[in-house]
Parts: sequence; C-alpha cells; structure tokens
Amino acid sequence: MSSKEQSLFQPALVSEAVKQAFVKLDPRVMFRNPVMFTVEIGTVVMLLVTLGLLVNPDATQGSFGYNFTVFVVLFLTLLFANFAEAIAEARGKAQAESLRKTREETPARVIDEKGNISSVSSSQLQKGQMFLVEAGEIIPTDGEIIEGLATIDESAITGESAPVIREAGGDKSSVTGGTKVLSDRIKVVVTTAPGESFLDKMIALVEGASRQKTPNEIALTILLAGFTLVFVLVCVTLQPFAEYSRTPIAISAFIALFVCLIPTTIGGLLSAIGIAGMDRALRANVITKSGKAVETAGDIDVLLLDKTGTITIGNRKATHFWPAPGVDERQFIEFATLSSLTDETPEGKSIVELAREQQVSPEVLQPRLQGAELIKFTAETRSSGVTLTSGLRIRKGASDAIRQLVNKANQPFPQETTQRVETIASNGGTPLVVSENDRVLGVVELQDIIKPGIQERFERLRNMGIKTVMVTGDNPLTARFIAEKAGVDDFIAEAKPEDKMTYIRREQQEGKLVAMMGDGTNDAPALAQADVGVAMNSGTQAAKEAGNMVDLDNDPTKLIEVVEIGKQLLMTRGTLTTFSIANDVAKYFAIVPALFMVAIPSLRALNIMGLHSPQSAILSAVIFNALIIPALVPLALRGVAYKPIGASALLRRNLLVYGLGGVLVPFIGIKLIDLLVGVFV
Amino acid sequence: MNTELLGIATIFLATVALAIPLGHYLAAMYRGDRTPTDFLAPLERGLFRVAGINPAKEMSWQQHLLALLTINLVWFFWAMLVLCTQGSLPLNPDGNASMSPDLAFNTAISFLVNCNLQHYSGESGLTYLSQIVVIMFLQFVTAATGLAAAVVVFNALQNRSTEKLGNFYNYFVKSITRLLLPLCVVIGVLLAFNGSPMTLHGKQQLVTLQGDSVAVSRGPVAALVAIKELGTNGGGFFGANSAHPLENPNYFTNAVENVALALIPMPMVFALGFYLKRPRLAYMIFGVMTIGFLALLAPTVYYELHGNPAISSIGISQSLGALEGKEMRFGAAASAYWSITNTVISCGSVNSMHDSFMPLSGMSQLLGMMTNAFYGGCGVGLLNFFAYLIIAVFIAGLMVGRTPEFLGKKIEAREMKIAVIVTLLHPLLILGGTALAAHTYAGNPTEYAGWLANPGFHGFSELLYEFTSSSANNGSGFEGLGDNTPFWNISTGVVLLLSRFLPIIGPVAIAGLLASKKYIPESAGTLRADTATFGVMVLTVIIIVAALAFFPALALGPLAEHFSLY
Repeated sequence: MSSKEQSLFQPALVSEAVKQAFVKLDPRVMFRNPVMFTVEIGTVVMLLVTLGLLVNPDATQGSFGYNFTVFVVLFLTLLFANFAEAIAEARGKAQAESLRKTREETPARVIDEKGNISSVSSSQLQKGQMFLVEAGEIIPTDGEIIEGLATIDESAITGESAPVIREAGGDKSSVTGGTKVLSDRIKVVVTTAPGESFLDKMIALVEGASRQKTPNEIALTILLAGFTLVFVLVCVTLQPFAEYSRTPIAISAFIALFVCLIPTTIGGLLSAIGIAGMDRALRANVITKSGKAVETAGDIDVLLLDKTGTITIGNRKATHFWPAPGVDERQFIEFATLSSLTDETPEGKSIVELAREQQVSPEVLQPRLQGAELIKFTAETRSSGVTLTSGLRIRKGASDAIRQLVNKANQPFPQETTQRVETIASNGGTPLVVSENDRVLGVVELQDIIKPGIQERFERLRNMGIKTVMVTGDNPLTARFIAEKAGVDDFIAEAKPEDKMTYIRREQQEGKLVAMMGDGTNDAPALAQADVGVAMNSGTQAAKEAGNMVDLDNDPTKLIEVVEIGKQLLMTRGTLTTFSIANDVAKYFAIVPALFMVAIPSLRALNIMGLHSPQSAILSAVIFNALIIPALVPLALRGVAYKPIGASALLRRNLLVYGLGGVLVPFIGIKLIDLLVGVFV
Repeated sequence: MNTELLGIATIFLATVALAIPLGHYLAAMYRGDRTPTDFLAPLERGLFRVAGINPAKEMSWQQHLLALLTINLVWFFWAMLVLCTQGSLPLNPDGNASMSPDLAFNTAISFLVNCNLQHYSGESGLTYLSQIVVIMFLQFVTAATGLAAAVVVFNALQNRSTEKLGNFYNYFVKSITRLLLPLCVVIGVLLAFNGSPMTLHGKQQLVTLQGDSVAVSRGPVAALVAIKELGTNGGGFFGANSAHPLENPNYFTNAVENVALALIPMPMVFALGFYLKRPRLAYMIFGVMTIGFLALLAPTVYYELHGNPAISSIGISQSLGALEGKEMRFGAAASAYWSITNTVISCGSVNSMHDSFMPLSGMSQLLGMMTNAFYGGCGVGLLNFFAYLIIAVFIAGLMVGRTPEFLGKKIEAREMKIAVIVTLLHPLLILGGTALAAHTYAGNPTEYAGWLANPGFHGFSELLYEFTSSSANNGSGFEGLGDNTPFWNISTGVVLLLSRFLPIIGPVAIAGLLASKKYIPESAGTLRADTATFGVMVLTVIIIVAALAFFPALALGPLAEHFSLY
C-alpha cells in the first residue's frame, strides 16, 4: 500500500515516457487526436519554411534564427503533449505490473480426470484445468474452489494482513493467483486463460491498444475539433484580409496564431486525463474493465449497498439481557450462556461475552454441558439450544419460533416479553427469546453496530445528488431503524437477490443510473443490469464476469470512492477545456497587434500587455502555449479535487478558478516570458 | 442629452413591460389553453378544412422540418411568379415594370429567408399587388415559420420522452391568426393616425413652396411597416426604410416601431419559461441576452452622443452628437438605440445610415449580428441561442463532474456535432465571404473601385458588414457599398439560403433528438441551467465562440479606424 503515495514523476517512468513521446510523433498515431495532429502539420510547415530560409533568405519571413525558434517551440509543444499521454500510460502500466508481479512463475499441481497429479508451470495452466494447493503454497493462478476450505493470506493483492476464509460453494469461492494458502488444502479450477485475466485486460486498456474513446470523450473531441476548425477559418481568412490592408504576414506568424488559438492545452492532455482516471481507480485497488465504466461511475444517481459490512460492522452483537417477569436475572443469563457456549455463530459468541461482562463466568458453567445433546439451528425450527443430561431443555431462537414451542406445551407467553420483543425490533435490534422446558425465561437483545463515520459519507453522497439504498435481509422494522440511524435514503428489507434486480430496473426506467456491489453468483444478474457493477474479488467468477469493475480489497464502501474518481475524471476534462479556451483571450491580445502593428501603427493601442516587439510577442505566446501543457500534467494526472457542494456552487468555483484564471494567467505568463525573450530578440 | 437617454430608456422599459404578459399569452396560446383569442378558432378550423390538414395530428421533428421546407419552396415559386409579371397585373397605379428574373430571384430569396436585403427601391421597383401578396405575405409567413420552429423546440424540451412534437401547421397558423395579425392591426392603426399613408391610390401630385411640381409615392405603407417591424423582417416600403418621413413620421412612431420589432423576440423568451413551467430558465436567458444587448448599446449611445472628434477639431459644435446620416426628428440616442435593436434582433430596418456611425458603434452593430442571439429574430433568435446553450451545458456539465445534461436530457456526440456545425456556420459564411471579397478587391482595386465608397479600414468594415448582415439574415446595409453587381447578388444569395435554413434545422434536430431520450429527474448533482452562474457560462461561450473568432477582422476594420480617429 505504501507504494501508492509515490511521486508523480518517478525517474524510471519519466525516461520511458520521454522515449514514448518521440515514438508517438508518428502521424498515424497523432491522427487520433485532431487538435494535436493539426499542430504536427503546422510544425512540419515551419520546418520547411526554416529550411527554405537557409537556402533562400527572405526578409519578409523574418530571420532564420527566429523561424527556427518558432519551429523548436512547436516541436516541444508536440513532445509535451505526447509526454503527458506517455507518462499517464507509464504510471498506469507500472501500477498494473506491480500487481501482476505477484504472480511469479510457480509450479502448479494439476489433477487430470483420472486423478493423476502432475506438476505444470503456472503460466501453462489452461482454463478448465484443476489443481491442488496446500498450506504454505502460493496459488498459481486465478480460479474457483471446487472442493475444500482454506484460510488465505491475500495481503499481496489487498495489502490487508488479516487472513480470509475461502471455501467451495457459496459466494466466497474465488482465489487469486499470487496469494498464499495458510491452512488446509483446496482443489481449484482455473477460470481464466493465460493472458486474459482482468489485470491483463486492464493493462491492455492502459497501453492504448484496446483503449476506446468513451462517449463523453467523443463528444468533447467533436467540440474541440469544432474550435480547431473555427480557428483554421480565422487564420486562413486572415491572409486575404491582410492583402486588403497591405499588411504582409509571415508564415510563422500565421502558424503561431493558429497553434495558440486552437485548444492545444486540453487537446494535449485529453487522453492523459482518461488514462489517469483508470489509474486512480487501480490505485484504489479497483480493476476497471473499460474507461467508460469509470466515467459512468461519476454519473451514478442511485447506490445500492449491502447492510452488512458496508453500513454495519460485520455481525450483530448481544447488548442486553431482558428477563421475563418472575425470572431471576442471573438465572436467565446463565441459561442464555449455556445455550450459547456451543454456538459458534458470532451472535452466540457475543452472548457469552456479554455474560462474562455481567460476572457470569462461562468457565464455571462449562462442566454442566457434559454429555449434553446439542440442537443445531435449522431453517425449519429457527432455534437452537442444548438438552442437558438432566433432561433440561434450553432453547434460544426467534420470538415466533419459541412462541410456537411454548404454545404447543400450553404454557403462557408473557405479555411483557411480547412487548419487549417489539420494542427491540423497532429499535433496529434483533430479539432472541430463551426458554427453559417451554417456559419463557427472557429476551436477549442483539444490535447492529453502525460503522463510525458512515453517516458523514452518506451525507457527502447526498450532497453529490446520489441516493443511497440499503439492502438487507432484516425485517422492515429493523431495516427502517438502521436506515434512519445510518442516514440512508431508502432500504430494501427481507431482500432476495431478485429484489435487487427489480429495484435496479425500476430506477433505470426512471432514467437513473444505478451502481451496486456484489459477490455471489445470485448477484450476477443484478451486477450485469446495474450501470456500474463492482464485483468483489473474493466473489464468484460469475459475479466478476457480470460486473464492470472488480474490487481487489473486497471493501463494500469502495463504491463511494469509485463515484468520486468518475466525477474527478469528468471535471478534469471540463475545467481544462475551459482553461484552454479562456487562454485564447490573452493570446489574441498578444498576437493580433503583433501581426498588424508595423503596417497599421494605430493598432498599437491593442498591445495592452506592452509586449516588447512583434517577434517577441509571437514567441512569448507560443512558448507560453507550449509550457502550459507540462505545467498542467500534474493536475491532469491527479485530477481536479471534487467537493460535494452542489452543482451550481461547484460550477461557480471552477468557473472562477479555471475560467477567470484561464483568462488572467496567460496575460501574466506571456508578459513575463516577453520580458525574458525581449532580452534576446 | 438627458431627455434623449430618458427617451431610449422609456422605449426599452415599455418593451419589457409588454413582453412579460405577452410571454404568458404566447405560452398559453401555443399550449392550447384558453386564451382571449379563442374566438378566432372557427377561422382557423375553416382554414384547416380548406387545406385538408388535421391540426391535431402530431409530427416528429423530421416531419416538422419537411413541412417547413416544403411550404417555403412553394412560397418561393409564388413570389417569383408575381414579381416577374407584376407589370401586367392589377393594383399598379404608378405603372411600375415587372422585375428582371435575376432581381426577382434575389428579392424572393431575400424575403423568403426573413432577411429583406433589398436591391430595389419599393417606390419604383414594386407594384402595390407585389407589396401586398409577395412582400407583406412573406413577412407574415416567414415570421410564423420561425415561431413554429421555436415552438417545436419548446415542445421537445418538456419532462418526458417522446417522438411526437405537435403539429407544425397548427403552430404556424396560430402564430399568424392569434399573434401577428391582431398586433399588426394595432400597430398599423397607430402608424396611420400619425401620418403613414394607407391607400391604394397612386402617386400624389403636389406643388411645393418653391413652386416645383412633385409626385410623392404612397401606398399601403402603415400595414407593411407594422409587419416589417413585428415580424423582424426589416424590408421597408420605401428605399429609405424607416428614415423615410412617410414610413416613420415622428418620434412617437419611431418608438412604436422600435418596440414592435422586439415585441415577439423578447416575449418568446418568457414564453419558453412559462411553456416549460421553468420561469427561472427564461429569466436566465433574458438576463444573458439583456446584458449582451446593453453591452453593445452603451458604447454606441456614448460615441453617437459625443460626436466625431475629427469634426470637433475643425471647430464645429457636436452638442447634438454625431448627426451625419441621422434624422433630426429622432436624434443621436434614439438612432443609436434603433441601430442596436435592429442588429441584435435580425430585423435590419434602419432609421439612420449605419455607414455614418462612429467606428465603435459600427463594431457594436456588427457584433450584434455576429452573435445573432441577443433576443434575435422571430423564433430563430432563440434557436441560435439554443445552440450556444448546448455548448455551454456541455462544458459546464463536465465541470461539475457529470455527463452533461440539459433539462434532464443527456447531451451526447450527435447533439454536439449539430451544435458545433450550426455555430461554425456563421463565422464560416461571414469570414469566408469577406475573405473572398477582400481578396477580389485587393487583386485589382481599380476594377472594383465602384464597390467601396471609402477604401481603407472603413471599406473593410463595409465588406464585413454586408456578409455579416446576410449571414445573420438581418438585411440592413452599411451602405457605401456598391452591392448591385453579380458578385454581391450571387455571393450574398448563397449566404442567405445557408444561413436561414441550417440554423433552423440544426436546433430543431437537436431538440428532436433530446425529446426522444430518456428523461432523468434532477438531483443535487445535476447542473441547473436556470442559475446566474450558468448564465455567466453561456455569456462566456457566446463571447468566446461568436465574438472572438471575429477579433482579427474587427481589428482591421472598425478597431483600426477607431484608433486612428481617437
């Protein structure tokens, strides 16, 4: 995890990016970016003009030195733009490689259909093959457990040191290549062909081979191409205008004006911004299957979140013992403890813990269980307990299950207990009724513990305009209580997998975009239906295939981060576009007077920056135009900070910083550069 | 000077005061709610029955455009037919001749596109029949065409997703029967009572105080002037337009005509808000348009009131402002106000000669036509504004971290493409046309000496103005330009056609595409289009897209002239 806070420009990445910046000058590559492609054409023209001047000096075109300088600056502009894209690619690739490195070549013990075991290198494993892994071994590749259970150290991928349990069947059956088995032995089937894992796909996306422009990127490119065309028009028509006014304009001035006016800043940074978005997702340990998914995340209107693990900490805990009328409190606690000592569920353990806090020692009670018959929890009885050798039957379960037992034995179910059960349920707790020989002893209250800080996160989401929906298996009463306490906007109680699906469909029909997180195979249809489906890496293969992102940390709150990354991505594009276009005001005021000042002295009045000479003005504008690209690379890579302050306030803020700033900064920048350039020209 | 400023402030405030209730009326009328003009329904039903049109049949955006373009084509042939044969048709007391085919072509196109560039003088070039069934007819129907197209866009921007956007003929006919005709009757009567002729008799013979015998042209002037202004057409009955004493007799008629020309563009903005039940959106648009308008008006009034420094320097008093080319009965301020309202709104009628305005006033007039969306023409002003709005929404939407959406509809690549083409077209036609003219002239200044009354910077402004006026479908002339040559007739003709229909087709297509998209309810993360902040964004987009592209051209024309004068 520590490597994630690395500096933006690591020397190794920079040297690779510099190399790539030259490779990307290939016109076939540049063609994909219409803005920078026109700059490339301009640069080539400048090169020809400069070479022509060597052979045949022409005073109207200016000196060789001046023209050569303009050419060099334009060439640098191209390199800077290519460098921005290359450094973003290099960073993304480095991040993905560091994850891939965890998968060293390891021998795998492959079992064929007949049960013969042979050793095969992990890179040779084919989809569908089965292999065995035991404690102490590294899992050779991604797969799904088909037999057994194991504790696994996934810290190599997630950075989380606590081991996790993975077992066949159920929703936690996936294992990841490069992680280590700590205990037990599992049989795993290979789920991905070599070179086709999600990580491999992600690396291909970052490298650009399979990177497709997202819909927003296409629309923005159209707008930028439109701006470019307007300025083609401005520059082409300037020639006859100049003819009319008898003001000869040098070719270098035309090209300088053109390159300065077209939106090179955003044009040069556009693809870097997109790659950086995927890279930021990866740094948050989320593998995205397309750039579009990250972008869509920024548009999410509804977030479906599982209660357990996201809103509440893991499992319920016992918080209170409520004896029935006429029952001694200490006796009740003892019986409740007896029924839970053999209960391995988290709820059972928490009852024992609470009893210990109330001075009932489990160790003292333990001997009474000798030879006792253990009654396991089943879905039918919905209760569990013990029958002691003395014949004493202790049962613990949902209130209606115990009520049935009690009623069958013609015993009364106390009014007070019924009331207590309702109070607990309406407070978001889970009541467990304990009985002794069909006589009600009292109620144990179990409560969900809401994660600290979760209310603030939901508040933040609400300010972003995102509706949060809690999904839980609890009854509606409990669900409502927790929903209110945690501050979610809506909940789905007693949720079955198909309920999620129905909810998503309904919201989508209203035109909303829905995101959800899931891990189980029965989540897969909903994950596929959701606009952003984040599958947990621990989840089943089906879930991972269905979603469009995979979270390596298995952290349910990750959705919130993903949404912010998406918003940052779009904002960075918007603000840099605004900045780039706002720059034109100052550039006009630098170049237009420079073009005409000599032939039409009255237009000196437009030289409001008081630039030194026409040549220094043009050079300063071009140099500023080139330098602003690398200056903004850090912003493009990190993204513009998102603040959930409402759309209008956000627009006001960004318009001030990037719009007004975009108008003012070049005035200052060009003036400063002119002061320097003026010394030489 | 204060009285003059008070005069134009009164005209502006009177327009706004009339615009709001009229906006309510327009919204209700187009929505089909009960209005005081419901008594006209039988007349409309009769018209639809005769034409065999079912006004309740809803159309898709493509069907709307097809209907619009088809009837425009029919009108073109009708206008050609009448203009080419008017000499032998009735209602020709002065015995004016038929038009030559090329002049008829130019006139038909020019009026068909609501531009009203006139290469003839009404007194001698047209008969009363042509004035009525061609000129006035087209002035009514082209205004109604723009309005109907705008209502299609209103319809498309509602909170629903649909392909059905109302009936074109229904909006078109109602625009005439319930808006243009009633208002024209009121304006026409006001003008007639103040001295505008309203007769079918021929020239009036009279003997002047000097004893000369003259024949004064007259005709159904009051009626034509009413629709000329109200329909943002601008083509006058007489060659001198509203500077002519019979077309604009006094300060009061000047005010009435000046109010009339904004009396549809301004209320249409409010109507948009009331129709969509988003009044704040209308206030935002109105605010942006008004700021743009005032920013162009202020320097114009200032420079006109202060007169020409070159004249001051030879010791002539300029206390009444720059009066060259202006009518004494209106004065400098009212003429300045008129010139800016007529250029931001693509009406193009004149009550003074724009060629004689101070350089920066001329630049303000040019900028009014270059942006072409501060109120703008009948219906089409809003359509132009809509294209800027889409671009602003797109950039602003990205800036708040969401896929851009306008009124709950996502703006994607196709809408962007159309909006970009529409906004590109205007600079293309203006700069391209001017470049062609400048190149031609510079190649052989002696051969084309007849083009420019003033070579140099001012001559460049004249070239630029002619193409800007054509592309903005404005129709006013800078004058001083010898524009009755094949070059100007053909080049401006092409510009006229392109610049009328593409800016209608584009926004209607965008709106139609948006209408069929899924409606997304607004949330706290949605960018609201009805805030002042967004207004600033739209204004910035208009300035950068529409105005900045012309900066080099303006520098060589009006700016160079201004700085050499001051």
